[in-house]
Amino acid sequence: MSSITWSPTAVGRDRLLRWLQDYGVYGALVILLIVAVALNTGFMSASNWRVQLFQLSPTLLVALGMALVIGTEGIDLSVGAVIALAAAVIPLYIGYGAWPAVGIALLLGAASGSLGGSMVAFAGVQPIVATLALMIGLRGLAELMNGDAAKPVVDSTLLSLGENSALGVPVMAWIALAAAVITGLVLRLTTFGRQLVAIGDNRPASRLAGLPVRRVLITVYVISGVLSALAGALIVGHGAEADPANQGLNMELNAITAVVVGGTPLTGGRVRVLGTVAGALFMQLITAVLTQHNVHASYTQIVEAAIICFAVYASRERGTR
Amino acid sequence: MSSSTLNRTLPPGPAAGPVAEPQQAPTLRERISYQVQRRGALAVLVLVAALASGLSPTFPTWSNISSILGNNAFVWLLALAMTFVITTGGIDLSVGSLYALGGVLAARGAQTGSWLAVLLPVVVCAAWGAVQGLLVAKARMAPFIVTLAGLLGARGLLQAITNEGSTTYLVPQGSWFRDLGQGTWTPVLIVAALFVLGWLLLERTGFGAALTAIGGNENAARLLGLPVDRAKVLVYLLSGTLAGVAGALGGSRLGSGVTTIGVGYELTAIAAVVIGGTLLSGGFGSIGGTVCGVLLLAVIHNLIDHYFSQYGSAFTDAVNGGFLAVVVLLQTALSRARRLG
Repeated sequence: MSSITWSPTAVGRDRLLRWLQDYGVYGALVILLIVAVALNTGFMSASNWRVQLFQLSPTLLVALGMALVIGTEGIDLSVGAVIALAAAVIPLYIGYGAWPAVGIALLLGAASGSLGGSMVAFAGVQPIVATLALMIGLRGLAELMNGDAAKPVVDSTLLSLGENSALGVPVMAWIALAAAVITGLVLRLTTFGRQLVAIGDNRPASRLAGLPVRRVLITVYVISGVLSALAGALIVGHGAEADPANQGLNMELNAITAVVVGGTPLTGGRVRVLGTVAGALFMQLITAVLTQHNVHASYTQIVEAAIICFAVYASRERGTR
Repeated sequence: MSSSTLNRTLPPGPAAGPVAEPQQAPTLRERISYQVQRRGALAVLVLVAALASGLSPTFPTWSNISSILGNNAFVWLLALAMTFVITTGGIDLSVGSLYALGGVLAARGAQTGSWLAVLLPVVVCAAWGAVQGLLVAKARMAPFIVTLAGLLGARGLLQAITNEGSTTYLVPQGSWFRDLGQGTWTPVLIVAALFVLGWLLLERTGFGAALTAIGGNENAARLLGLPVDRAKVLVYLLSGTLAGVAGALGGSRLGSGVTTIGVGYELTAIAAVVIGGTLLSGGFGSIGGTVCGVLLLAVIHNLIDHYFSQYGSAFTDAVNGGFLAVVVLLQTALSRARRLG
């Protein structure tokens, strides 16, 4: 923030902290890659990267929507449940073809987002409770719609969306990349992006300045819902089955982690899209490195928890202005 | 600071707060919205229970009621702890993981002796909560994210203790620790006693008043000279301790350390607290409301199990989610009506 004034004595420490906040995630990513390659030269192989990108893409899509929501000083816990909902409706409408089925899933994602967004924007409910209610309710609904067992999905269009590659990179990864570029451009170049950041920074001031606070808030939650539903469609296509009871579980945690590690403050007013991409990639790769070297899942989880804590600790100065 | 300075049991009126500006007597609308917010959960609970008793002959039987109470009582301690945390304007997402961790540690400790079975989970979970509290209070990190990391970390620790869930510790037959969780009366009396203590602590002591003040306006509380940081650390320590106690008693009831339980319990606890009328924004907490909240969720769960068992737990989740949404919408509308007068 430009408003920070520097006292001469604290310059060194502050500058380090500031550098950590701005570029820490990229530095960590580079170090992680060097360590990974040193431990296993096969890490940079195309086949390994393909596997990583398949797992990364849905998380990244969800994390982009989450970054926008967090930018407005909100949080969206319903993303995992929206993935489950998408997984539940796709088998029901796949008979009409892949695109109508995915379209309906996206529409439901938008509906869920507008429901959560309305609760936040119009009723003034805290984002965490509004989306918590959706998170509990929608997964229950999704499981009810689907029944007990996972359903196989054999539609070739949907499967190719989840499995195929273009130019050696998974189609899923291209979609996620496109979403990241569009999100970045929208934030930088459009009025909507500016309004979003302003609202996250200071909502009362934005309202007094005449910004369409409610409309922007609802739009942000709708975007998050649509991106989550898209991630759900890709997950279904990749796994060739729809399993609302398990797909998208803990996705809200992974997405929030990616956003936070990427340096976006939870207090809103700032969205770092490239940082979010790097954060998602970092969390994906560190899990992969630990798993490939036979570290137990339990220790991997503890390491992840420590990373979240450290990332938030490093970014906190910005939060408590 | 004495509790009378923050007299929360009276509707806002001339004598209610330390506000200097002259206030008018509460209007009828204000009074009604206040009462609905405070007693809403109780009213709905009575209504649902009466309706269920009228419609179903099996609902009011002792066997049904004792199964509602006995099977759920320990988990309600999580909601008790959550009431304290939410009153300070914080949140604790780690309680579900700590509940499971407590159960496993208790079963592990029971291999050595019953005392260790009680002490080990309580001490470990209290320490875990204290660390979270220090990170929140001293390092000024957001409670949401600290306890989210706590949720992941505690689960990881639990998996590490049990060799990735492949080792199941059994509580030895015949130890007095095993008797703690059996039947209906022992669990219910332990939990009821803890709830009474919690009520005294939150609503009848200076510490509780300080917590409420911190949740209402942290900066003001700091300027008043309240020990804000210490109170916050203590509140997360309390939350961890109660999760450990709940987990230990749960492990005693199940007779083993089950590694897979506790997932999503933090959300149920938050839901029960919010339904009970405690404000998620902090500054107002009601233990009585939380009791109504947990009972209401338990009764609804029981009814769904009874009438809609073919749909399974998914239906319960869908209903809980919808119910929570309605309650928070109502709560926000009510507090807004009160503010506007």
